[in-house]
Amino acid sequence: MAYNLNINGRSMTVEADGDTPLLWALRDILGFKGTKFGCGMGLCGCCTVHIDGVATRACQTPIESVGTSEIDTIEGLATSEPGRRIQRAWLDLEVVQCGYCQPGQMMSAAALLTETPDPTDEDIDAAMSGNLCRCGTYNRIRDAIKYAAHLDATTMEDAR
Amino acid sequence: MKHFSDRPQAGLSRRSFLLASAAAGGGLLIGVSLDPASAKEAAKQSFVPNAFIRIETDGTIILTMPYVEMGQGTYTSVPMLIAEELEVGLDAVQLEHAPANDALYAHPIMGAQETDGSLSMRAAWQPMRQAGAAARMMLVSAAATRWGVDAADCHADNGFVVHVKSARRIGYGDLAAAAATMPVPQQVVLKDTSSYKLIGTPQKRLDAPQKVAATAQYGIDVSLPDMKIAAVTASPVLGGQVSSVDDGATRKIAGVRDVIRIPDAVAVIADHWAAAKKGLDALVVTWDDGPNAQFSTAQHMANLENAAQRDGVVAVQKGDVAGVFARAERRLEADYRLPILAHAPMEPLNCTAHIHDGRCDVWLGTQAATRAQKAAAAAAGLPLDRVEIHNQYLGGSFGRRAEADNVTQAVLIARQVDYPVKVIWSREEDTQHDFYRPAYFNRLKASLDGDGHITSWFHRVVGPSPLARWLPIAVQNGLDPDAVTSATGPYELSDIHVDYVRHEDHSFQSGFWRGVGTTHNVFIVEGFVDELAALSGKDPLEFRREHVKNNPRALAVLDKAAEESGWGTPLPEGTGRGISLLQDFGGTILVHIAEAAVDKEGAVRVSKITSVVDCGKIINPDTVKAQIQGGAIFGLSAALYGEITFTDGRVDQGNFDTYAAVRMDEAPRVTVHLIDSGDKPFGVGESGTSGIGPAVANAVYAATGKRVRQLPITPELLKS
Repeated sequence: MAYNLNINGRSMTVEADGDTPLLWALRDILGFKGTKFGCGMGLCGCCTVHIDGVATRACQTPIESVGTSEIDTIEGLATSEPGRRIQRAWLDLEVVQCGYCQPGQMMSAAALLTETPDPTDEDIDAAMSGNLCRCGTYNRIRDAIKYAAHLDATTMEDAR
Repeated sequence: MKHFSDRPQAGLSRRSFLLASAAAGGGLLIGVSLDPASAKEAAKQSFVPNAFIRIETDGTIILTMPYVEMGQGTYTSVPMLIAEELEVGLDAVQLEHAPANDALYAHPIMGAQETDGSLSMRAAWQPMRQAGAAARMMLVSAAATRWGVDAADCHADNGFVVHVKSARRIGYGDLAAAAATMPVPQQVVLKDTSSYKLIGTPQKRLDAPQKVAATAQYGIDVSLPDMKIAAVTASPVLGGQVSSVDDGATRKIAGVRDVIRIPDAVAVIADHWAAAKKGLDALVVTWDDGPNAQFSTAQHMANLENAAQRDGVVAVQKGDVAGVFARAERRLEADYRLPILAHAPMEPLNCTAHIHDGRCDVWLGTQAATRAQKAAAAAAGLPLDRVEIHNQYLGGSFGRRAEADNVTQAVLIARQVDYPVKVIWSREEDTQHDFYRPAYFNRLKASLDGDGHITSWFHRVVGPSPLARWLPIAVQNGLDPDAVTSATGPYELSDIHVDYVRHEDHSFQSGFWRGVGTTHNVFIVEGFVDELAALSGKDPLEFRREHVKNNPRALAVLDKAAEESGWGTPLPEGTGRGISLLQDFGGTILVHIAEAAVDKEGAVRVSKITSVVDCGKIINPDTVKAQIQGGAIFGLSAALYGEITFTDGRVDQGNFDTYAAVRMDEAPRVTVHLIDSGDKPFGVGESGTSGIGPAVANAVYAATGKRVRQLPITPELLKS
């Protein structure tokens, strides 16, 4: 069956069963490879996207459940100001190691900043503990979120 | 800034090479060599002074990376070595993954094209600087020849050769064709270390922009025309075979294209992985479990303990251990155990294979490209030169991607179809079909004199030998050197006996896990030394100091750690400080000091880790810090949660709910302090992981008085 999805501001059609997880529609059908597969059970956060601005695990989101909601993926992160802050902070503080979990980390962090512009440690724990990182970059992720919160957006270089 | 060129690799093997070979004792013998005929051919288009550097006539500098990037930062630190000597900025270079080719890219210490053992910087330090320096000298010669001046009056500066007297300068691109015709210098002159501009300074990771933009391509992201995607289930018991397959329901699922059976696995191939997985879940497979269907970890641990009754192969024998121990007044005996561990990299294992036109192409992120190539050739029934490995970024590895079982499997599946197929393992498949860090049983005995000094040390290591499978030549007379590395720590001991009892149940696959033998033995030794310190009545840090008193580097690291951690200062009630010291990975010395508390339910909370590391010559200090920080968290996951168990031959754990890892809300602040002590680098990538288990275990003792002689440190263990 065909589903129309609103992804990064564009309408796209996916031909697949309705129970197909959004993750695989993005990766294998539409070619958005930035959203990663890590566990398939909503336990690791690698597949985090925004659905109507809310950080959501794409591996647990059937395409039939999305409707006309706005889906934003890591490929569209730089179009939002919190997203640009997060990407700039990730580069300035050298967060990444293997980098595989980082799209999901950045999506969770950007959603946090949108909701809570100046998050506390407790806010960061609550928003980020669903995102695993086996390289153990948590200290730098925490620092980068706080750094991003205080970046002067007017002087910020494009992260890319 | 673009850091990857997509230029084809053809012809490199016929060009030049940098010869590097391992000398006795692990040192390096290096020579730079160039095949003149190849140089002339290369000269037509670009300057290829060796297998690592290519300078195009437009000035583009491409570095071919024989070491892979799995998070540890080699894609920045290796280019730093080359760029330093080539006199170019890091922002001027593009990187290319090296093709599989042992003749060109074999690791000088390991003898094959591998990235493991925290060995990359030790291996790269000399040849990569020489590669850069040789190229720089040839560029200078080319410029001097063109200008008709003495090369000694010219120097390289940021991508140009400069002749100061005549105020002339010319870019590397303009010199590329001429440089290729210059003789290779017989004596490569390396820069004086005092003139370094890059080495030793914090440099931004070259892979970070791609990874932050999410454009970095991992094995799982490979996409090819007409490619299909497979989900797979392999025998849940090692050695089992497919007995029967009912794919009736599977083939009705939209998007499913093929169901492929190989001896020990079944794959469902579909248009996308969701359909493949749905098809796999609908499949009815019965298995012939084979001989391992009764295997359990309870039995395995009992077998290891029984094997400790045997005398082992002697690794170290010095003095009269039994006599001194028998006569001593203060003696300690303890048994230590470590569990089986999975690697659980965030990117589940995967491999893409395409067999076509008598060739086999394979795409994956691998630590061992030529091992992958050999596995693919064997599975495809093709000669090596018909198999090409297209290496990708590794989404974590920790030793897992040094194996090639996923390559064998993907190629066997690809042999049965006429399109490229990407095989992606589920998380459960990944957890349950690992090459596991094996379990170990360790028996220790030691004695103290009246002054509280260790007078005898007995350490028996019992466990499987991944090395005997992986690199059989390294295991001489039954002694696995990795199993006994760090088995006495860095301590100055007089009477020592260390032996190794190899015991295999052959019921699970064992492999290398971050820190390999060091991670295993540092937990044992640092726990036992802490027990001896308590027996002596001395402070654990002071006790260690007294046993490394002729090792000024170790003393410096201990003293710095004491100062930075506030060692000895009061802590809140219920919180303890624990220390670990290690010296391994060629010479790296690292101290972790952990602060931990145990709550009423027995859960351990680590609140702070202070780390001091002396890794010899520091290449990229920020990467060293990142590796120690991350390595500590990786080790903490194992210390608190890591345990794989088998029941009826099957792994009991599956996803991150049953094989847990530390999360943001549990991650302590890890503060790293560096000491730069040398003229050559030692290993870093694994060191941060190795010492964290014992530091936490010793902190738990300090907090509760409860000794921890096994991992993981579960509430059940602390209540027992």
